[in-house]
Amino acid sequence: MTPLSRRILLTAPFAVAAAGGVGFYTALHRQQTGQYNPRGVPSALIGRPPPDFTLPALENSGLEGFGAADLRGLPGAIIINFWASWCVPCIIEHPQLMRLQREGIPVFGIAYKDKPEDSLRFIRERGNPFRRLAKDEPGRVAIDWGVYGVPETYLLDRQGLIRWRFAGPITPDVLSEDLRPLLARHA
Amino acid sequence: MTHALVLALALLVTPLTAFAVSSPADMLPDAAQESRARALGKELRCMVCQNQSIEDSEVGLARDLRLIVRERITAGDNDAQVKEFLHARYGDFVLLRPPFAWSTAILWATPVVALLAGLGLILAARRRMVAPAATPLSEEERRRLAELETQVLDTKDGTRA
Repeated sequence: MTPLSRRILLTAPFAVAAAGGVGFYTALHRQQTGQYNPRGVPSALIGRPPPDFTLPALENSGLEGFGAADLRGLPGAIIINFWASWCVPCIIEHPQLMRLQREGIPVFGIAYKDKPEDSLRFIRERGNPFRRLAKDEPGRVAIDWGVYGVPETYLLDRQGLIRWRFAGPITPDVLSEDLRPLLARHA
Repeated sequence: MTHALVLALALLVTPLTAFAVSSPADMLPDAAQESRARALGKELRCMVCQNQSIEDSEVGLARDLRLIVRERITAGDNDAQVKEFLHARYGDFVLLRPPFAWSTAILWATPVVALLAGLGLILAARRRMVAPAATPLSEEERRRLAELETQVLDTKDGTRA
């Protein structure tokens, strides 16, 4: 064995351990800052139009329901938010949705597997961030969207194509670092 | 004692036979279709729990997907069509056996690469063991060997004499 290959064999385990350490550190750090979600799954619908659907309005909310046809030919980007009154992270993201609504960005809500009276109480008590509000009590339309939990948020560009999907609450960081740049790009 | 033993054995076997489709109302009346649905369900990931199949999970979404699988089967879809139905909505991740594509190439290639690397190491180690024996003696060494041999023969002759 030449001295060179001996040296390589000696340093290889240390190099592997060091590379692993760097990898783990980056993954944990990015998880902490919210840039990386190990449970996150890319949507199969990115760059495609939403599935065909029509959902009824949440009764007594004074808002209209909507379907796929209502998402085409809109003047700008819109946000579709799947939520439920029983979902705790939905409470965390609620102020951010209210902010978007105040800024005039259309947020369409879909109440997922929720009792209508509970959804209604949620928006009456906390404020209504939605321009339109439909209900998907069986959760069947949500499956067509590829939803696997609430909250889940989609961004549609002006052509009505899905550009972004986020599973989890829209925290202030997600709003400023992900959603705002996307809204600016697709405005 | 025997009762306890029988009970213990029964408990050991139970998990193997239990299915998450706990409600008989969810099962298809046709036994062949139901077994197809179960086989398919074992290939589909529960998106919520992520390391279980929809057939093994009690999560609400897993039940919804089990019902969809059964609905598609009754509608006359073949296995590939049922899988494609969910693949179109949830992407590669819903398939517990991911398809071969550029994005999954590393995943599929890892066992082959590991095997080849192992073979390479074994071959290298063997070559190193064989290599020294194969080098022929140099002229210098040959002369020295001959010298030693004659010395030995001389001493042997000496003792015999």
